[in-house]
Amino acid sequence: MTVRRIMGTEIEYGISVPGQPGANPMVTSSQIVNAYAARPELSKGGRARWDYEEETPLRDARGFTYTGALYDPAENLADEDTGLANVILTNGARLYVDHAHPEYSTPEVTNPREIVLFDKAGEMTMAEAAHRAAHTPGIGPINLYKNNTDNKGASYGAHENYLMSRQTPFAEIVSHFTPFLVTRQVYCGAGRIGIGQDASEKGFQISQRADFFEVEVGLETTLKRPIINTRDEPHSDAERYRRLHVIIGDANLAEYATFLKVGTAAIVLDMIEHGAFDGSLAISEPVAELRAVSHDPSLRHKIELRNGKRVTAVELQQSILEQAETYCGADCDPDTREILDLWAKVLDALARDPFELADMLDWPAKLALLNRYREREDLDWGSSKLQAIDLQYHDVRPEKGLYHRLVSRGKMQRLLTDTQIIDAMTEPPTDTRAFFRGRCLARYPSEVVAASWDSVIFDVGADSLVRVPMMEPEKGTKAHVGDLFDRCAAAKDLLDIITAE
Amino acid sequence: MAAKDSGGQSQSQRSRQDADAETTEAAVDPEIAERHEEITEEVDDLLDEIDEVLETNSEEFVRSFVQKGGQ
Repeated sequence: MTVRRIMGTEIEYGISVPGQPGANPMVTSSQIVNAYAARPELSKGGRARWDYEEETPLRDARGFTYTGALYDPAENLADEDTGLANVILTNGARLYVDHAHPEYSTPEVTNPREIVLFDKAGEMTMAEAAHRAAHTPGIGPINLYKNNTDNKGASYGAHENYLMSRQTPFAEIVSHFTPFLVTRQVYCGAGRIGIGQDASEKGFQISQRADFFEVEVGLETTLKRPIINTRDEPHSDAERYRRLHVIIGDANLAEYATFLKVGTAAIVLDMIEHGAFDGSLAISEPVAELRAVSHDPSLRHKIELRNGKRVTAVELQQSILEQAETYCGADCDPDTREILDLWAKVLDALARDPFELADMLDWPAKLALLNRYREREDLDWGSSKLQAIDLQYHDVRPEKGLYHRLVSRGKMQRLLTDTQIIDAMTEPPTDTRAFFRGRCLARYPSEVVAASWDSVIFDVGADSLVRVPMMEPEKGTKAHVGDLFDRCAAAKDLLDIITAE
Repeated sequence: MAAKDSGGQSQSQRSRQDADAETTEAAVDPEIAERHEEITEEVDDLLDEIDEVLETNSEEFVRSFVQKGGQ
């Protein structure tokens, strides 16, 4: 068993212009992306466009292609046609405008620690983009928030994606991944004031997203959101791979929350691929239980299973962990062992007292802060001051964001250093095709005219453009192609070698 | 500075001894109280910082945070 697989995250950020709630978010999001694109390493050549050729966002994992009313031109047309900004970064990531929010998609990585690294690099990228925008003549301050709701009925996503074997029946994923997804919020919820999509009821809940999920399985991502999303866009060889699109998570600030979120998911998916679950953890009413778990920060709520048993979310997670330990046995690489040990430690602490994790996970950190403030000022959950604290926990600015203030006081445990994160803003991962994509953009900015997850397109002055497909995510690594970039001063030299092979 | 002024040195030694004696006499309670005070101070300090960085008109700030739905 291993946590190692191709994975990534895609985070939509909340965007707000102080004093102008009516500002057009498509425009301000484009201003954010374009401000970042002015960085020196990104403005050497013409900006590479996104190549949409292989994208089929409306193909369904259950086997049919959707042709109904959900057709979304913003997803299918190239940037210049829609006017929405897009920039491909030298670390292999994509920064663009999606659904009225700036979004950062990490490059493909192979393990949970690197997800944290590039997810945090995305956060720092957004902070720098906002800073640059604020110093661009004609653009006022624009604030960005790594959260998932405005507490007025709108939600925006923090997606994860995991490459899986095409052999695994989709029904197996639905059966065994659902109980895991319903309960993992106990450690990866980001905390939220307000109950219900529009926060009409007072109170604190564990998850930002729980109230926005309405069905168990489906293709949609913007309405009637499903716990298991069926979008089937492998961005690779569709015969061999499925890319599971997980839309149910919260955006996390805490490094350990992201680490555990993707690490445990990778373990559970590995077990599903190998038929390790027996179905005994199936939940009777997953959508209702998702909310009930989120609405009870005391963690005492009992979930009803299909076999009639009643267990807390922490107990259900402990059962999954026990099965993972049994399944894993002694056959465990260090990265996987690290996640299993952390998972056990965190579940034990949650069972005792969630506030033991106030220096490690988002929702206990946020709730501890809110409780102290509430106590001092004698406020109730409807107070706008508390809601402001909730929002500002997610502010990406180091000097304003309350998560960042906790970090600067040494109040949050960290996996990474700022130096590592700053490096990851420009340096690609070395062990996936993101290395090839990122290096092409860094070395040959004038010749790369477009790129996507599975292609790089060059204009080297020939009669036609040259498209290099990259259908295998674990090729194009530093080990495969690193020396080519050392040898080839010009893109044409690189293409001569690649096309001769 | 103390090496030059031997009188001052001995005086400071004496006063340090006095301080030590006081601490020993006072034993357990103040220690806990002190730690408690430290934690409270730290929390107060953090909450004060929040007050400083919090957007000035929180009601207006919360009300004007309006988003279009995303994925």
